[in-house]
Amino acid sequence: MKNINVYEKYDQQSDRMTGRTEKMTGARAIIECLYREGVDTIFGYPGGQVLPIYDALYDSKIRHVLVRHEQSAAHAADGYARATGKVGVCLATSGPGATNLVTGIATANMDSIPIVALTGQVPLSMIGNDAFQEANITGITLPITKHNYLLQDANDIPRVMKEAFHIASTGRPGPVLIDIPKDLTTELIDFHYPETVKLRSYNPTYEGNIQQIKKAAEEILRSYKPVIYAGGGVISANASEYLRALAEKVQAPVTTTLTGMGAFPVDHPLFLGMLGMHGTKYANYSIQESDLIIAVGARFDDRVTGKIRSFATNAKIIHIDVDPAEISKNVRVDIPIVGNARKVLEDLLKYVDKAPTDDWLQRIAHWKRSYPMHYIGGKDNIKPQYIIEQIHEACKDAIIVTEVGQHQMWAAQYFRFSEPRTFISSGGLGTMGFGFPASIGVKVARPDKVVFDISGDGSFQMSSQELATVVQENIPVIIAIFNNGYLGMVRQWQELFFDKRYSYTCIRNSVDFVKLAEAYGALGLRVTQPSEVRPAIEQAIASGRPTLIDFWVECEENVSPMVPAGAAINEILDLERKA
Amino acid sequence: MKHTLAVLVENRYGVLSRVASLFARRGYNIDSLAVGVTEDPTISRMTIVVRGDDLVLEQVTKQLNKLIDVIRVTDLGSEDTVERELALIKVNADVNNRSEIMQIADIFRAKIIDVASKSMVIEVTGDENKIRAIEQLLKPFGIKEMARTGKIALRRGPKSV
Ligand SMILES: Cc1ncc(C[n+]2csc(CCOP(=O)(O)OP(=O)(O)O)c2C)c(N)n1
Ligand SMILES: [Mg+2]
Repeated sequence: MKNINVYEKYDQQSDRMTGRTEKMTGARAIIECLYREGVDTIFGYPGGQVLPIYDALYDSKIRHVLVRHEQSAAHAADGYARATGKVGVCLATSGPGATNLVTGIATANMDSIPIVALTGQVPLSMIGNDAFQEANITGITLPITKHNYLLQDANDIPRVMKEAFHIASTGRPGPVLIDIPKDLTTELIDFHYPETVKLRSYNPTYEGNIQQIKKAAEEILRSYKPVIYAGGGVISANASEYLRALAEKVQAPVTTTLTGMGAFPVDHPLFLGMLGMHGTKYANYSIQESDLIIAVGARFDDRVTGKIRSFATNAKIIHIDVDPAEISKNVRVDIPIVGNARKVLEDLLKYVDKAPTDDWLQRIAHWKRSYPMHYIGGKDNIKPQYIIEQIHEACKDAIIVTEVGQHQMWAAQYFRFSEPRTFISSGGLGTMGFGFPASIGVKVARPDKVVFDISGDGSFQMSSQELATVVQENIPVIIAIFNNGYLGMVRQWQELFFDKRYSYTCIRNSVDFVKLAEAYGALGLRVTQPSEVRPAIEQAIASGRPTLIDFWVECEENVSPMVPAGAAINEILDLERKA
Repeated sequence: MKHTLAVLVENRYGVLSRVASLFARRGYNIDSLAVGVTEDPTISRMTIVVRGDDLVLEQVTKQLNKLIDVIRVTDLGSEDTVERELALIKVNADVNNRSEIMQIADIFRAKIIDVASKSMVIEVTGDENKIRAIEQLLKPFGIKEMARTGKIALRRGPKSV
């Protein structure tokens, strides 16, 4: 029931952010809560059960980006959150709208990204009746959210919204979903936004135990072969500067995970590159020979550790993590420190000094010289690694978002990141179709930055409909398709482990990407020669338009080096292919 | 190894499914689960018997603690506790063996709470061993139906969880 007067009064008062109680509909209350949480943009798709919320959005100050599939709304909110550290917000209708969010929510959950997902639900009285477009989305998302709510009373809207943002963004961040029955959005409530959150059952540890920190410092001071192993937790805790300070003070080398990329400058002499399955040889060798691993905001994922029994067998392990459940989940830990990475590193820095690592750093320098990252350049064929290098040359501070596959690994291996939040990729879930919609969230959050979606010809087709979104909203992201005609990463495994039986991985010539871009009104460029690579990149950046570049790359290039699944991480193979 | 966990949770819609889903997702085995409201009506207490080694127990405890609605998790395994479970057993009984069954019930300090011409219902309280023992003894008569509450437990002495 639209009551114009209440809305007008609301608009005047919300500007002044008065703490007073006032009457408004549940839908208005939701928008007001977003506003109070500092949300400037949300990503969504309308439908029957969210009509009142969309009506309230219509004349609000919050920007709504209309995506073309709800999964993209979740990925865009995720990208927005990864680029800024703020909570990303997405909105979908009940039933199919809500279930379409699922992959995006699971992606955010695996990488501990703070998003709030709002879903419409059938009216309270109809829940459980298999009503039109009813889906039990709180049940469905139970295992893939940090927490979720099914609202039962419109008066709970302010409290639940406040709690949702708090839970999503504190402790180990993660997605929170709020399911909102339609009748609650049209009810009038007395709106009062709580100042604080009262949750007796949720008190994440922020500061690390000082005794443990001192013990860790002692171990560090007497280690000869320490390695700092940093994950996405360093980025989410905004701890990069402390990570760097620790490494420099101790003179310890640093390796990062895929999601930790950007937490430490790639060009820093103490950097080892990424570790694990497609890590550098010297990062993996260093881990295996190390006497002390200092893990920060990382979770010893199987893509990192390889065969777990052979992982760093001579090392003591210090594990700094905000989530106590990560301690000793996969590996035995000698000194656990539960707390926020930034706070713990800040404290740890007070007790450490240079460790006796001179010989160790020399040994690592020798490995770096003997086993550098390399590929064999192509004369006529475009090497994918070359494109990454050229993008870096053209724009050193670009934000690199990726899809999933070989192109993702090349981006992580060959772009020389210098800042956190400039490499954005689905690590834990490995979601193809993540990159393009995530790049929309990134570009909206950081319009000052050049944003690339490093994409594969397979992955792009999982979210290509978002070309309509970027054109309509004029969000000038640059999509670089590494068109190899294959679901390349799967093909690589088939080549290596299934005798080159390329079962259903060839997708060559299935679409003209340039025409596709043009059909949507985006700029489409095709690059088939190495000499055209750089000019196309420059043209895309200069155009200021949403641009798709279709790079025809070497078809059967492999990601190298590689630790075969189940092997120890020092059993790492070269797979480079001749030009 | 079996462990008894006392889990205090918010007495709220959906909490049981959160806990159950966690056990299913992480592949932990629940032997029994009993839930009821506590002296504070906003708090429910779950008594969960879980099987696994110390590592599993540590993970279960931490993962439970991560659930927003879980207030506290206490492992009663290492504590001096009183534990009880209640079972209702419907057993075939007629005039010929009724008194024999009543004698067995007597030994276990169990109660006869229903008698019909061809059956009896016996209520027995105790720990697992006791319930298993009476079940064994009643089996020859033919157990028609049995319902168990799952174990509940409290610490001995003045301390609470
Ligand atoms: C949604 C989803 N489905 C399937 C996979 C399995 N998968 C991982 S990489 C890959 C191939 C990706 O192909 P493409 O996007 O062309 O990238 P390329 O490896 O060729 O660079 C597939 C199918 C996945 N990660 N995500
Ligand atoms: Mg491909």
